[in-house]
Amino acid sequence: MKPIGKDYVKKKYDQVVPGGIDEWPVVNLSNDRDAFIKEVTAESIKRIKKLTPKRSSLIEEIETTLFREKLRVKRNPWAVDPPDEADFLQSIKDRLLEISGNDVKEDIDETLEDILSEIIERYASEIAGNFKKSRFRMARSIVTFGFARLLNASRARGFWSIFSTRYSLQDKIHITGEVEELRTLAKKGTIIMVPTHFSNLDSILIGWVISALGLPAFIYGAGLNLFNIKIFAYFMESLGAYKVDRRKKNLLYLETLKSYSSLAIQKGCHSLFFPGGTRSRSGQIEKRLKLGLLSTAIEAQRVNYQKGKRDGLHKIFIVPVTLNYNFVLEAPSLIREYLRLKGQERYYVENDEYSTSYKISAFLLKFFTKGSDISVSIGRGLDVLGNYVDTDGNSYDKSGRQIDTQEYFTKDGKIISHDQQREDEYTRMLSDRIVEEFHRINKVFASHLVAYVAFEMLQKKFNKLDLYNLLRIPEEDQIIPYEEFKTVFQTVLRRVHEMYNKGEISVSPYLTGDPDKIIAHGLANMGMYHAKRPLIKNKKGDISTQDLNLLFYYHNRLVGYNLEKYV
Amino acid sequence: MSKECVGVIGSGSFGTAVANILAKNSNVLLYARNAETVEKIRSTRISNGQQLSENITITNSLEDVAKSCNVIFPVVPSSNFREMMRQFAPFLHPYHVLIHGTKGLDLILPDEIPADFKMDRSCIRTMSEVIREESVVVRVGCMAGPNLAKELALGHPAATVIASPFNEVINEGKRLLRSEKFQVYGNQDLKGVELCGVLKNIIAIASGIVSGLGFGDNAKGLLISRGLVEMIYLGKALGGEISSFIGLAGIGDLVATASSQTSRNYTIGFKLAQGKTMTEAIAEMEETAEGVNTIRIIKQLADAQGIRPLITDMLYKILYEDMKPQDGLSYLMKYPGNIDIDFL
Repeated sequence: MKPIGKDYVKKKYDQVVPGGIDEWPVVNLSNDRDAFIKEVTAESIKRIKKLTPKRSSLIEEIETTLFREKLRVKRNPWAVDPPDEADFLQSIKDRLLEISGNDVKEDIDETLEDILSEIIERYASEIAGNFKKSRFRMARSIVTFGFARLLNASRARGFWSIFSTRYSLQDKIHITGEVEELRTLAKKGTIIMVPTHFSNLDSILIGWVISALGLPAFIYGAGLNLFNIKIFAYFMESLGAYKVDRRKKNLLYLETLKSYSSLAIQKGCHSLFFPGGTRSRSGQIEKRLKLGLLSTAIEAQRVNYQKGKRDGLHKIFIVPVTLNYNFVLEAPSLIREYLRLKGQERYYVENDEYSTSYKISAFLLKFFTKGSDISVSIGRGLDVLGNYVDTDGNSYDKSGRQIDTQEYFTKDGKIISHDQQREDEYTRMLSDRIVEEFHRINKVFASHLVAYVAFEMLQKKFNKLDLYNLLRIPEEDQIIPYEEFKTVFQTVLRRVHEMYNKGEISVSPYLTGDPDKIIAHGLANMGMYHAKRPLIKNKKGDISTQDLNLLFYYHNRLVGYNLEKYV
Repeated sequence: MSKECVGVIGSGSFGTAVANILAKNSNVLLYARNAETVEKIRSTRISNGQQLSENITITNSLEDVAKSCNVIFPVVPSSNFREMMRQFAPFLHPYHVLIHGTKGLDLILPDEIPADFKMDRSCIRTMSEVIREESVVVRVGCMAGPNLAKELALGHPAATVIASPFNEVINEGKRLLRSEKFQVYGNQDLKGVELCGVLKNIIAIASGIVSGLGFGDNAKGLLISRGLVEMIYLGKALGGEISSFIGLAGIGDLVATASSQTSRNYTIGFKLAQGKTMTEAIAEMEETAEGVNTIRIIKQLADAQGIRPLITDMLYKILYEDMKPQDGLSYLMKYPGNIDIDFL
């Protein structure tokens, strides 16, 4: 094991695109925003027609969309929704009624075509991002400058320290892993970054990481709910976000979204997906990924090959990233939601703890002035089938033989074919590979490990109880004698180091040396700013908790490594 | 235009039978490991007692097979499968499609077995998993069903299941194998269908024992139905879908193998019941009976996981612990009957 010390390099990175911001694909995209929306619309219509080959099935799909949309407008309206939505839906409904009374097939088809393109174009322009160079530059400097000031003010003492430059964000957010490879690949081809998702902070954090590494702006799908807040909307749009509305689950919308993503990737825009789709409610590393957006990466790669773009420039690279925190602000509400959902409660409304600007600012302030360090692990680049690539973008199999990714899309090594079912299966395989990589690059903090050991010990002690009853055990049963805890902790720690040596997991530099110190470090950092601490040392020096639900949440981070055998 | 070429790896009785079926629609390149065997087959045109179709070319080069064929059927015993894949992998490309016909398991144990070692599913691989592990081929499928090699060789009507998560693999399998006497069904549950073929061999050995002891059809009916229940429990635990077990590859193959004297696994059981030891019985066989190995793997796994598959357990005792077949059977009969069906 390495001795305690920094495992990150504080470094200023050059821009990887030497021509500057004007050369970024995302800039080209926004310069031709209208043309791109038209392209997306045309592509989506093509897809939807392929999925609904019969006139009757197309009508049915439009009717379903209409029904769901009306319901959404009535039941779950948001500030960001356009005011004319109800009128628009009514006009669609009227025209659908007209059709049902008409017998002329040509008329019906014409009206359907009109309806379809109106709906899709509306969706496409809602989704489309609005990247602006000037705004991007400003937003970036505000983020970097503002955070740096906050940081310096909180770490050093005295008023003047606000102007100090001693600490930069890189002291707060450690970037580790395959940084150089990522930078090289970003020059060669198109990057699809897939991070784990635990906190709403992730979007901002990853945006900063991308910029700090000198990479051009990535486009990424951000939940439409975040655009409800004007100031957030401003920043996100300037940083290259496009909008994803999780309320809309109809086929027309989903296909438009996929077309948008696929076409943008084909145009060489680096993209970011949170492949889990939403923040992990349980605190576990995502096990099942959302396949919709992921499938657009595979599709874009195949289309590029079909267009004869075989050079590295048009290759698509998947880069898994894990964000490792000691403290997730939303943990209490996330785990509550998880337990409620798992407890089969049927109706719940997604509550949004980020509903006001005040709450966000309060959170950011807390994070930058008090929160403990965060680390970002960048994984190795993969091709769309999950094979590792080298810095030239060539793919290799497990025994190090170079392989041609294009051949996965052929039956004979020559003719590229489009087989949707094949690509769906490839998407599932890619998703499994990403999850595997997440586990490998996930960085174990002392805080994760103490939480894991404590909760597993309680679970083992009360193995007759189910989860819900376990979470309700009386306070006096929640105490673990320190020596007992330490013994088990050491066994699990040994196993974690073994796994680290085999490259199956990554560890924080704090995880070496005197076990008492590691435990103390873990206790001090875990969920440190929750009102109720998930794990404490009580007056007698034994391990105890103030909030078992939270302990469960932080423990979940290390689920899936088969460590329970060692407790 | 010359016809396309399809590869078959393994010139055992099933490999040869598959090659002959494929040769009805395409040219076939049949690989045999042993150079002498290749020479012998080349001169006699007879492989494992079966006359080779004239569309079949015999070869000793895996590289040739990979170069000339896009779809390849590996049919080698599970004990040699990984080794074969290791030799084959350097020639394979992502465009290849592999449809195997091997009904066995591969066991992976750590080099140094720790004292507290517990075997679990992660130590066991089906053949498709071996293919995925050892090569770049992703479009993998398997062929399973009531396909007794000797009957196929005689050209009797039969059917098989091609299982793969990829529809294109199923379609390729259908296109290549289908003929007027050979029907092909598709199934997306690759793991389940592989496990059907693997687990039914256990029951086939038991069935051989029942016959060897001179019991009649009541006993066989009892064995097949209880055997199916055991297969389903084990299969589900190993990651298969229940529905596959009541299909052609499950019940279909089970009935065929458990009542056929041409089945290798059945024959082993029959010999045991006649009082031969396992070593003697195996020595008398020409080809591998996969069930013998499967019983050992499943027994270890079941012990580690604390479950008790009754029939497998009893067979293990007969095969490896010198229990007399008669005693084994009466031990089973004494076991209190349980609910008939509780998995549907």
